[in-house]
Order: sequence, then C-alpha cells, then structure tokens
Amino acid sequence: MPAMLNRSEPRARPLPLAGLAALVAVTAYAIAFLWIESELAILVLVLGGAAVVLGAGRTGWLDRVGAELGRHSALLNAGAIVAVLIVAAVFYRDHFTLLMVATVLLYILACLGLNVQFGYAGVLNFSGAAFFGIGAYTSAVLTMNTGVPHLLVLLTGGLMAALIGSILIYPVLRTRGHYAAVVTIAFALLFKTFLEVNAVLGGPQGLNVANMTLLGFDFGQGIEVGPLEASFLLNYVLLALALTALGMLLVQRLERSWIGLDMDAIRLDEIASACFGTEPARWKITAFTLGNALAGVAGALYGMMLAFITPTNFTFADGLVMVSIVLLGGIGNPWGVVVAAAIVIVLPEKLQVIQEYRFLLFAALVILILLFRPGGLLPRGRRRYLPGWSPP
Amino acid sequence: MTGPGPLLRARALSCRFGGLVALDKLDLGVASGGILGLIGPNGSGKTTFFNVVTGIYPASEGRVDFAGRDVTGFAPQKIYRAGIARTFQRSRLCLPLSIFDNIMVGNHGRLNHGLVFNLVRRRAFRRQFEQSFEEARELVVLFDPPLADRLFEPVASIPMIDRRRIEICRALISRPKLLLLDEPSAGMTQEETRALMDDILAVRARLEGLTIIIIEHEMNVIEEITERCVVLNYGRKIAEGSYREVAADRQVQEAYLGLE
Repeated sequence: MPAMLNRSEPRARPLPLAGLAALVAVTAYAIAFLWIESELAILVLVLGGAAVVLGAGRTGWLDRVGAELGRHSALLNAGAIVAVLIVAAVFYRDHFTLLMVATVLLYILACLGLNVQFGYAGVLNFSGAAFFGIGAYTSAVLTMNTGVPHLLVLLTGGLMAALIGSILIYPVLRTRGHYAAVVTIAFALLFKTFLEVNAVLGGPQGLNVANMTLLGFDFGQGIEVGPLEASFLLNYVLLALALTALGMLLVQRLERSWIGLDMDAIRLDEIASACFGTEPARWKITAFTLGNALAGVAGALYGMMLAFITPTNFTFADGLVMVSIVLLGGIGNPWGVVVAAAIVIVLPEKLQVIQEYRFLLFAALVILILLFRPGGLLPRGRRRYLPGWSPP
Repeated sequence: MTGPGPLLRARALSCRFGGLVALDKLDLGVASGGILGLIGPNGSGKTTFFNVVTGIYPASEGRVDFAGRDVTGFAPQKIYRAGIARTFQRSRLCLPLSIFDNIMVGNHGRLNHGLVFNLVRRRAFRRQFEQSFEEARELVVLFDPPLADRLFEPVASIPMIDRRRIEICRALISRPKLLLLDEPSAGMTQEETRALMDDILAVRARLEGLTIIIIEHEMNVIEEITERCVVLNYGRKIAEGSYREVAADRQVQEAYLGLE
C-alpha cells in the first residue's frame, strides 16, 4: 500500500470563513453546471473549474480550505445537505436533473461502502455494483410480491447484500491483496450471469419495481405546494439525501473511532497489528459486511426510483466505475467519494460527446491520478477523533 | 536463575522451515525484572526466537512458558494479551498514521472496540480518548518531551530515532510484563543509540518490574545494559553468562570471527 500522505497537512493554516465561501462557490458551480445545456459552455465550465482547482492546489489555498473544513466537520456536513436541498429546489420540476442528482447521491452511499472496505480495511471490492444490484432486486421482489413496508424493504436490501456478501468472506479472508480482488471480480461476473439465466428474477428482461411509499405517501406523485408541482423524482432526491447523510455520518464516526484505527492498522501492517491484539479477520469481516450493506440499501432505493431493473444495470463495468470513484476522490476520504461520484456520473450526461468514451476517459483519469496525485482529488487527512478538539 | 523463577522460559524450542533449522532445541530463561541480551551472528535465529515466542511462526518442537503457563502455539493476539509486547527489527510503524494512532495500536487491549461504544456512545468514547491521550503523552514525554507536542503528526514526518522511540512507546503503552526489543539501534548513529539506551533504562526505572529481552549487534549496548546474555549460532545456544564471560568464550569468538 503506497504511503498516502498529504504533505501540507496538518501544517496548512486554516482560513476562517473560507470553508463557507468554498461551499457557496461549489453549490453555485453545480447549479450552473446542471443548468447549462450547450456542450461547448459545459466544456468551458469543466476546464475553468479544473484550472481553478489546480491553481488553488498549487498555491496551497486548497489545503487551507481543507484544513478549515476539517475543523468544522459538522458545519461541512450541514452545508453539504443545504447545498443539495438548494440544487433540488432550483430544479424541482426537471426530471432529468433530479434523476441525475438522486443517482449521484445513491452512488455516493454505495461508494462510501466501498470506501470503508478498501480505504479503511484494505479489501478491494470490484463487485460493488453486484451488491447494489442485490439491493435493487430485493426491492423488486419484495415490493411487487409482498406488503412489506418500504422503509423495511430498504433495510432488507442492505441485509441481503450483507448476507450474500458473507459467501465471499471466506475466500476474501483466505486470500490477500490482489487475489482477494480477483475473487470479487469473479463474483461480479457470476452475479450478472446468474440474473440473466434466472427466470424467477426476470432473466435478461429484468423486473418491475413498485414506487417507494413512505408512511402512506406514494413517491410516484410530486409534492404540490400551492400552484407549484414538483417532479416525483424530488421525493427520491430527498430520501436519497437522508440515507446518504446517515451513511456519511456512520462512516465518519467509524473513521473517528478505535474501529477506524483497527481497520487502518490491519490494512497497513497485518502482522504488526496482530502482535498488538488486533484481529484482522474481525475487522475485514466488519468492513466488508458494512460496506455491502450500504451498497445494498442504496441499490434498493435505486431500483424503486428506476421502476424497472435489468441485469445490465449492475455489471462488472459499473463495479469498476464505483472503484474508480473511490480512487479518484481520494482513498479513505468520504468527501472525496462525494466529489468524484458527482464528476463521474454527471459529466458524461452533460457532455454527450464523451458518453461513448467514458470508460476510456475514466480509466485514463484514474491512471493520471494514481501517477500524479496518488492521494486522489481530495487526499485523506489525518484522523480527527473529535473534530474541533485540541490537546489540553 | 535467581529470584522467584523465570518469567519466560523456552524449553527445547525448535523451529524448522523445511530443511532449514532456524532454532535448534533452544533452552532459555529470563528472570522477572531482568534484562537479557540475545546476541549472535546474522541468521543465528535471534529474530526467529522472537517470532516463535510472539506466535508469528509456529514452534516445531518444544514449549514456551510465560508467567507460569504454557503459551506455546498461542496466536499473536493472545500472546499480547498475556503481557508480551515487542518491537521489530525493521521499523513496522504505520507510516501514514499519526504518532498517537500508532501508539494506540499498541493500546489495543485497554480500548473498547465495540460497535455501539465507538459509533453511538460518543461521550464515553470521548472520555476514553482523552484518558488515552494523556497516557500516550506521559509516555512520550519520558522519551522526548518536544515529541509529545507533535502527537498528531504522521510518523512518516519524524526522523528514525523518534520512530524507534514511538515503536517502543507502542509496545509499552499496554504495560506489558515482558518487552522484546529487536535490534533497537539498527540504522542509527552511535550517539542516537546512546540516547535511546538511556531512554530505555530511564523508562524501565519508571515501570517497575519490566523484563526485557534485547537483540543487539552493538556490543557496547549489550555490555552496558544487560545483566546476562545468551549467544546463538545456527539456532543453537553456544554460550550464556555475563557479557564479559561470553565475550571471553572461545566458541563465541569463533562464531563471530571465524576459525583461524
């Protein structure tokens, strides 16, 4: 495992109010990005954004903003939620944009799971899309055939993903490093084939999924406020936001605890940490199960949102996209996942010219990142067990 | 052997890898509170002995008793819980993690690792964190006071001698009964080695009853801090006694210098 060091951390001087300014700027940028339709203008926006980030990185401002945000974790969390709410309010009638925003949120939730597995415990999982798919298929089967309350369906999606994932635990524990990754590749390929030949699960034609209903409210209809009628997808954006925020909180607390330390320790040196009482198997199983559960919950809501799922939604290639989100964002940094998921999902939708080449472009981007910025776009900083705490 | 009997005793301990005999029927004991030096040429089985005692390698034959019970074949985690902590020949700290994180790896047995405690009961976690921070700082101050103000900097950013100190702190934070030091002076200058040995002796004076086994190539270190030494060659014990006695031993001289 390469040493992932942020050279300027923790020396970067925090910049008061810079965190807030950055949040506002990012929100405005996101709205502009989603609003503009001309591909040329989008291209200009992409290049402009990249130039600003590179420039800020060069001058150390990026690290200072990062240091400021690191000290005010709760503010950043709240700010991000408000930012998504603003974006959702701006595009309240726009199906296409809301679908994109909800997809980004659910991919964030799934990739937070992969981040726990790979970023913390060091278990590289290429079958993230398969666990996402297990969640979606669980919600298809349960919503169409049973009367299970839908909130429970989401939970069951996560539970099923964790449960089926436990089949993989033994081979993942037996093998190390790249070999464990190969096991997950095999599972991803098997999963899609299994779905395609399984008539009960719809085979290649897939399955219908019912709309989410929450406490009697059907997500198929848009919220009406006076004369304004929102798209039904706004409901999904809001629920996806709630789930992702909870997932984020869980992952942050995990990292800021002795468990986060245990996972880091076994990833970095299994033998040395075993000599101090850490049980590698226990933490690998915990990380793997928890990560799959997060992907499963995300997939369950994703299925309901799409209303119709097929095996091609959950291929090995989608699993690769998830892994590249974690690599691109910054291994082990949940905020990196947020930024990278937004880029990887929104960019090809807005720039249709690259849609066809997106795998090629993402592969190239991941290689460039690994070569020139191995910590990712937002490298993971030091662990802050208690944000805002400083030694007495 | 003097006192109430040995804290650690190995009897006819062997470790073979295929045809290679790394440890050959080794008998060895260290009294509670003592400092035992383990010396011998490269490849004579010193580190293998540590690895067998700490459960990294399985023993092929023989047994290890620690604090009056048989610990042969225990997993490394169980050995740690029994009260044995070690350092490694080539520093095995987690470089991207902070000094504090690394020391807390060694504190594993005294921290709560439950999911509910860590994820939900954050107030209780905060108390344990603050207490652990105080303990870590007190321990680091014994070695290097300025370093105690830098506990949240990554280990990768500190020099080799401080990394050794942190490795020793990681081993000591859990208050082990026995400390295994695997060549603490490796990769350090003479003065650094001196400073580190003074630290170890000072810390030992503070931690009552700490027993140490030290592997070392710097003979003046061995002479200065150990009470007894065991000399290994090809996995076998070839001499035992005070440093002066073993240094005068003809077999030992041959092992180190070769036959004339």
